Amino acid sequence: MLIIKLAFRNLIGAGLRTWLNVFVLSIAFLMIIFVQGLIKGMGEYAVEISVDYNYGGGQYRHEVYDPYDPLTLEESHAPLSKTLSGLIERGEATPILITSGAAFPEGRMQSALLKGIDPDQEILKIPSSFLGTDTTDAIPALIGSRMAKQTKLGIGDYVTVRWRDVNGMFDADDVQIVQIMRNAAPSVDQGQIWIPLERLREMLQAPGEATFVVLEKNFAEAPPGDTTWIHNSPDLLLASVTELIKAKAGTSNILYGLLLFMGLLAIFDTQVLSIWRRRKEIGTLMALGMQRARVIWLFTFEGALHGFLALVVGAIYGIPIMAWVMKHGIPLPSAVEDSGFAIPQALYPSYGVRLLVGTTLLVLVSVTIVSFLPASKIAKLKPTDALRGKQS
Amino acid sequence: MKNGALITTSGLVKQYPVGRGHFTALRDIDLIIERGEFTGLVGPSGSGKTTLLNIIGALDFPTSGSAVVLGTDTTKLTHKTAARLRTEHIGFIFQTYNLLPVYTVFENVELPLLLLGMDQGRRKQAVMDSLEWVGLTDKAKSRPAQLSGGESQRVAVARAMVKRPGLVLADEPTANLDVENSHNILKMMVKLNKELETTFLFATHDQKVIDYVRRKITLIDGKVAEDIQTTPKSQ
Repeated sequence: MLIIKLAFRNLIGAGLRTWLNVFVLSIAFLMIIFVQGLIKGMGEYAVEISVDYNYGGGQYRHEVYDPYDPLTLEESHAPLSKTLSGLIERGEATPILITSGAAFPEGRMQSALLKGIDPDQEILKIPSSFLGTDTTDAIPALIGSRMAKQTKLGIGDYVTVRWRDVNGMFDADDVQIVQIMRNAAPSVDQGQIWIPLERLREMLQAPGEATFVVLEKNFAEAPPGDTTWIHNSPDLLLASVTELIKAKAGTSNILYGLLLFMGLLAIFDTQVLSIWRRRKEIGTLMALGMQRARVIWLFTFEGALHGFLALVVGAIYGIPIMAWVMKHGIPLPSAVEDSGFAIPQALYPSYGVRLLVGTTLLVLVSVTIVSFLPASKIAKLKPTDALRGKQS
Repeated sequence: MKNGALITTSGLVKQYPVGRGHFTALRDIDLIIERGEFTGLVGPSGSGKTTLLNIIGALDFPTSGSAVVLGTDTTKLTHKTAARLRTEHIGFIFQTYNLLPVYTVFENVELPLLLLGMDQGRRKQAVMDSLEWVGLTDKAKSRPAQLSGGESQRVAVARAMVKRPGLVLADEPTANLDVENSHNILKMMVKLNKELETTFLFATHDQKVIDYVRRKITLIDGKVAEDIQTTPKSQ
């Protein structure tokens, strides 16, 4: 109790010096949580958006389909199995048909994937209901904001698309852009044109066929696939996103370490300076009868209190700021859409209990350790040298 | 006034390593200081006064010989037991006051009692009594930076006296004070010595202090050159 009492007295008595240190440490502490929260929020958003717009609760993919190999698309569709048809009829899944083609915006040719989706589906967040729009003279089409930017197409614009049917014959028609998707995952946006499923089936002369079938989110027990339709679990589908998040987490950990290092350096510096400047005080404490171990604990506890006060001060001004950012997000320039990573128009940080508790404990433990190191030097200080303000 | 030996040093030697050799600060010091004495260790700078005071105060250890203080041989103390001896029985007064700058006057005087583990009620009473002795009850909430030199040294005296130690060691207590403040401080110490029977041992070369002591031990080059009883000129 004596050490706690004296440490409090020393900190409060030091006035502005204490509060400056506390403020610097609280900034480092908040920055660690804020940056980690942002990166965590980005990761969660990437997963969420991939699930909502593309993967749902898992997919049944045609055996030949490889999303990374456009050459497989011509052969990667087939009539649906009874099991999958049953799922679709019960509204638990939705089929997607894909073919490779080309679009000709303003006379330029651009490769594009034509994707057919049921306008009435509610499995994916793709606003397919717009595809039910009655366009008298063209196929209604939906594109993402990245694609719109790339092709300079807007709502109401017409663009000619070309494709090959199942017999390998080229055909072409006009589509009219009826809606542009904002905040969609890049995997359903870049280089893609969404049209009604039945129209695409007609265009390809592939009635009742699909490339893959998406299960509804959180589907409890997915039936097993067969030789034609291979079941892909959400974990499997999200593997690449998860890997990307892990890679980004590695970078963020470096930033985490740097911020923590800055905060700890401030405390270490303060402690070293304190010992240097307070040698006479240490000598006086020893002369008055304070044991060396108690002196070490006093200085260590003072440092730990800096950490504790930084948490309190950081919470006072940090919680309102972080709550505001959680609600309103940090707006990002439109250029970030081209990054290829699922980044929203505004970044919303995510502060998990693990992040908050982990960072709090890490800051407290680290601050205590860096306070102990210079304080332990006191043990080697002779009282007579300390009284003379001399380092022994 | 023969109340029994409070301090006994025998063949006390203190050497400091200097380069390949050593410097001898104290040579074969044999002294007996009785309880209740008001004694000055006098001598020029470098004569070993502070070194002897530090050894008696268990802040330093001799190279050879012994120093028995309040029945305890300080040469056999560990850092921990030496700290306990200082906490319980010895008060220190320093030339530069050595008040803790971030503490108030009250907190500075209270510190030795906190180290003793005294309860809050007795502690408060003892601190206020001590501040009353030195006439600074009205400055209890002030910080050292707000005090004059004389007031600061009176706080240091109050801090040294608050636990009613058997021995007070004062190293050049008036060196930073003007004449008037020096006399005030010394008169106060004489009063405490008489009323509380506290033994005072000074290390000084200030004539004002020498005029107050009843025994003068002169050290020259680490040796006792003279040890005489004196009649205080100022009391």
